Amino acid sequence: MILDLDRFVARERPFWQELERFLARQDEQPDVALSLAEAKRFHYLYRRTSSDLAKLRTSAGEVEIARFLERLVGRAYSRLHEKRGESVRFRPWTWLTETFPNTFRRHGLAFALSIGTFLVGSGFGAAALAFNYELKADFIPPQFSHLYEKPSDRVEREENDEFDAFERRYEFSATLMTHNTRVTVLTMVTGFLWGIFTLVLLFYNGTLIGVVGYDYVADGQSVFLTAWLLPHGSVELPAIFIGGQCGLVIARTMFGWGTNLRLRQRFARIRGDLLTLVTGAALLLVWAGIVESFLSQYHAPGFYPVKIAFGATQLALLIAYLAFCGRRRHPAHRSRISHR
Amino acid sequence: MLGKTASLEVRAAEGVTFRVPIASPFTRCLALALDFAVVLVLSLILQQALGILVVIFSGVPGLGTMIEDMGSGASILLQFFVFTFYGMLLEWAWRGQTVGKRLMKLRVIDERGLPLDLKQIVIRNLFRTIDMMPSMFYLLGGIFCVLTKRCQRIGDIAAGTLVVREVEVAAPSLHSAITLETNSFASMPHLEGRLRQNTTPDEARVALDAVTRRDEMTPENRLRVFSRIASYFRAIAEFPDEITHNLSDEQYVRNVVDTLFRRASR
Repeated sequence: MILDLDRFVARERPFWQELERFLARQDEQPDVALSLAEAKRFHYLYRRTSSDLAKLRTSAGEVEIARFLERLVGRAYSRLHEKRGESVRFRPWTWLTETFPNTFRRHGLAFALSIGTFLVGSGFGAAALAFNYELKADFIPPQFSHLYEKPSDRVEREENDEFDAFERRYEFSATLMTHNTRVTVLTMVTGFLWGIFTLVLLFYNGTLIGVVGYDYVADGQSVFLTAWLLPHGSVELPAIFIGGQCGLVIARTMFGWGTNLRLRQRFARIRGDLLTLVTGAALLLVWAGIVESFLSQYHAPGFYPVKIAFGATQLALLIAYLAFCGRRRHPAHRSRISHR
Repeated sequence: MLGKTASLEVRAAEGVTFRVPIASPFTRCLALALDFAVVLVLSLILQQALGILVVIFSGVPGLGTMIEDMGSGASILLQFFVFTFYGMLLEWAWRGQTVGKRLMKLRVIDERGLPLDLKQIVIRNLFRTIDMMPSMFYLLGGIFCVLTKRCQRIGDIAAGTLVVREVEVAAPSLHSAITLETNSFASMPHLEGRLRQNTTPDEARVALDAVTRRDEMTPENRLRVFSRIASYFRAIAEFPDEITHNLSDEQYVRNVVDTLFRRASR
């Protein structure tokens, strides 16, 4: 069958124009919802235009009209399937008490591997320094040059400082927040390269902590070290491990073990989890930045027990939160109870 | 490869398929450069505004040092937020577009032809960190963009997104190109009937495309194309010499198209 093109265009054009007007209105006012009658009309126009396009293709067609209809159908299809309204329905309390801890536990193995790699790195750093103390300067990068100083000298200096001696704490806090967030995101996204760089970054950070830890412990400054690192480290390090956890989840997705889904389908499955985990890690890092600037840098000896108690309590609460929070309200658990 | 214009073919549930042209790496690169300039300017303006606030409030007795410190902290955070959230916020507010993409008429869409959801926007922008490697040169992202069939950087692969060209297509008008005041074939309705009967839709489409796009052809190609099409249609339905006498190949094909697409309704 060959289409009478002029008659076809003359008959259908008012419907195409009406659909165009609908789309233009939605472009101008994206957040204004259609009424039920309007939505039905929009759907009708979309189906009619789709049918016109199909008709034009199966019978004789003309390139320009087909191109115009493709564009129109494409725009309408995109609007019709839009989930914009659904995706902004965010419930912070549910996210905090259920979504984040449950997502964290769902990828517990990746977290274990992340923390394990870090610990191996720490052990390596400590062992290397125990073997040859001269390596200290090689391990510590220039941006942490204050760590080149002998620990006991630094402790003596810092303990005698005034309470307000640490200036520029807001700037320091902001630097820490942004730097640590960048490191965490980097640890996550490098998972795309089959997790190799994620593991290298975790190992490297572990090595650094191992070197510093050994240096202070060997110099008899364990209490200072604990009071210095525990308040912020109890939150900062888990956040970096979560970044590593995300990276390893991505690496597993790249390998595609245990599934025959295509890469894009595998990524679609983990996208929500990645977003949840990285948001959680970023929140932890903001808190860690505040604690590091406003608490960790005060080194009055009388203040050590408070700092250590604060850090230990914080760590215990974080572990309890990640391990237990939201368990009973987890849908799978709830359905198990209801089936009994 | 840099100028490739592949397209995404989407098959809707209604059974109809449509194509969306994918942006070339070169166009994306230009959009990126524009966005980078916008971010720099925006960052500069905000820093200046913050600097003015710090100068005003640092005059408060006893708070000067603290205000300056807070100003430095806020400046670092501001820069971080502008660089991190510029893409995310604009792609959300403008449905897959940033200033650069809007100027270059590009849009980010889901790889199934759907609009982006928030997760996709955040993920593709977070993965910019790896795409920018090494040292913000976008080398890794660029290599992926050139090598992948759909011109996707790593962030696009992870988020399941594509950058497509926004093609403005004008509404079709009635076909002045194929409208003829007089068609000498009209005097032979039985031959016109045979022509319509023996012509397949694909053959008709070729003739129609040739007529509607004839101005795009070089003179040599125009002569050659119409000669071939005319001889093909002459074989399908042979009109007598008195009708086709002095008729050029192009005019012959225009008569054929007029017969096939318009005469039926007269």
